[in-house]
Amino acid sequence: MSRETLISLVIVLALLAIPLWATAVGETFYITLATRMAILALAAVGLNIALGLGGLVSFGHAAFFGIGGYAAGILASHAFNMEPLPFGLPGTNAMPVIWATAIVASGLVALAIGAISLRTAGVYFIMITLAFAQMIFYFAISWPAYGGEDGLSIFVRNQFPGVNTLDGLTFFFVCFGLLMAGLLLFSLLRDSRFGAALQAARQNERRLATVGIAPYRIRLAAFVISAMVTGVAGALFADLNRFVSPSMLSWHMSGELIVLIILGGVGRLAGPVAGAMLYVAFEYFLGGITERWQLFLGLLLLAVVLFARGGVVGLLAGKARHG
Amino acid sequence: MQTALLIEQILNGLQFGVMLFLMAAGLTLIFGVMGLINLAHGSLYMVGAFACATVAAATGSFWLGLIASLAAAAAAGALIEVTVIRRLYDRDHLDQVLATFALILVFSEGTRWVFGSIPLYLNIPPLLSGAIPLPGGSAYPLYRVAIIGVGIAVAVGLHLLITRTRLGMRIRAGESDREMIGALGVDIRTLYTVVFALGAALAGLAGALVGAIQSVQVGMGEPVLILAFVVIVIGGIGSIHGALVGALLVGLIDTLGRFLLPVALAAFMGPSAAASIGASLASILIYVFMALVLAIRPRGLFAAAG
Repeated sequence: MSRETLISLVIVLALLAIPLWATAVGETFYITLATRMAILALAAVGLNIALGLGGLVSFGHAAFFGIGGYAAGILASHAFNMEPLPFGLPGTNAMPVIWATAIVASGLVALAIGAISLRTAGVYFIMITLAFAQMIFYFAISWPAYGGEDGLSIFVRNQFPGVNTLDGLTFFFVCFGLLMAGLLLFSLLRDSRFGAALQAARQNERRLATVGIAPYRIRLAAFVISAMVTGVAGALFADLNRFVSPSMLSWHMSGELIVLIILGGVGRLAGPVAGAMLYVAFEYFLGGITERWQLFLGLLLLAVVLFARGGVVGLLAGKARHG
Repeated sequence: MQTALLIEQILNGLQFGVMLFLMAAGLTLIFGVMGLINLAHGSLYMVGAFACATVAAATGSFWLGLIASLAAAAAAGALIEVTVIRRLYDRDHLDQVLATFALILVFSEGTRWVFGSIPLYLNIPPLLSGAIPLPGGSAYPLYRVAIIGVGIAVAVGLHLLITRTRLGMRIRAGESDREMIGALGVDIRTLYTVVFALGAALAGLAGALVGAIQSVQVGMGEPVLILAFVVIVIGGIGSIHGALVGALLVGLIDTLGRFLLPVALAAFMGPSAAASIGASLASILIYVFMALVLAIRPRGLFAAAG
């Protein structure tokens, strides 16, 4: 077992241990905190496919996070009010259907955004993904049907067949299970032929083209897959808060997702998990001490970017074997 | 009446576009010369607005406030350039995005700490508080006309600065080959600080001017920053001319879209549906425009070479 695998395992087990410990001592609030960590980690695992493996600095992944959230909110609100959706489809509160909807919706939007944005690279790509996410943000604010600026409440948490998701620990396990699936997908992708081509496109685009692989399609596929994973996380996030609002689509959210990855370690399997745990813990404990916690988060982030590149996983497991 | 309203909206669009130009010019200059993407540009806009509001409240003079906004934004710009930004020039864009995102958090929370969360208000100076008559009997605020004037003056000034002065020559040289001008004995570190402070001062000026129309509050810079990104993506990153054209296009399209779309849709549907759908469509119009420009010219309208 390599050192990185070991550290990944420790990080994941640490996340699993938090709610178990919280249940044992009766501090149920920490279960919610751990669920939040797992969901944000899943969102960042999604972004890590594009950013870590493909080197695509998407500053617009909040769009997919929010679309997943709205998929959950809209389907649940139609089910709650017994109103059919367009084309006479019924609303639903079954999580698997909601996740599938979130995947399809965020995938389709990512296909459109990616098809245009990936024609460019570098700074253009960063700004354009940001701009498109902002477009969806303003659309959500100005579209009155689903709450507009006020957001949309989910009155009862959606259901997963066979289990009671109203129980905090059970819902954590649902989220944790999906996080594990996301990590599995990430590692399968990374080690596949597709993943090799994607990483080669990041390292040397011209060489990849020389061996007869067009980088554009590979990147577009990675961008879409990445968005789908983040979309599922968005649906879970909406269920955790029982609330969806345009703030899930805001550019702060996009920034936060990138921050999670940087804190944990870019392109590392467990990087997003470590980053999310650190971020949520930081937010909670420092937020308890001072209202100005974002000031200190900013300073910490500056220090990480300027002096501690590689994040938590980089610090613990050494440099990645491949640039 | 309808023509007067249209003229008013066109002027509003121009004023908005000119404002965006002040932001976008600094961003595109900084990217063109230093290759840096600066998210904290919106914070400098906020710094300018807060400096102007504070000094204007203390002294009662908007003009002193305006000078303070330029000085404060330039000083804040120079400060972050020397302490943080300078270390980012040879890093990749991801590091630049993150570090400047961190700067936004620091600036926003720091400002909230000092000034609180309640918005400040800035009065339009008495000299400019009148209105000028428009054909058709309505009137247009003189202050907004003055903003358009300032924007045009800055555009001309920047053009002259870059084409006619020694500093401009160095900026152009820095854009095309930074190692070469270093080898020729130009102090690049100082040049970079000066360019950054210049861009910051323009952002601060924009913040102060807009502060008198809107409220001065934490977070005011961020929507403007993102629109400025749209502007320079449309215009071509690194091009000042592109920034001017892009800013005016975005300003006009956004303002006229909000005005005309609900009117146009009302021909097909009920007035309330037209108003809400029109507003939704208008809010995304400039992004659709950006997508169209990129589909045809991926590097923007006035793409700089290289």
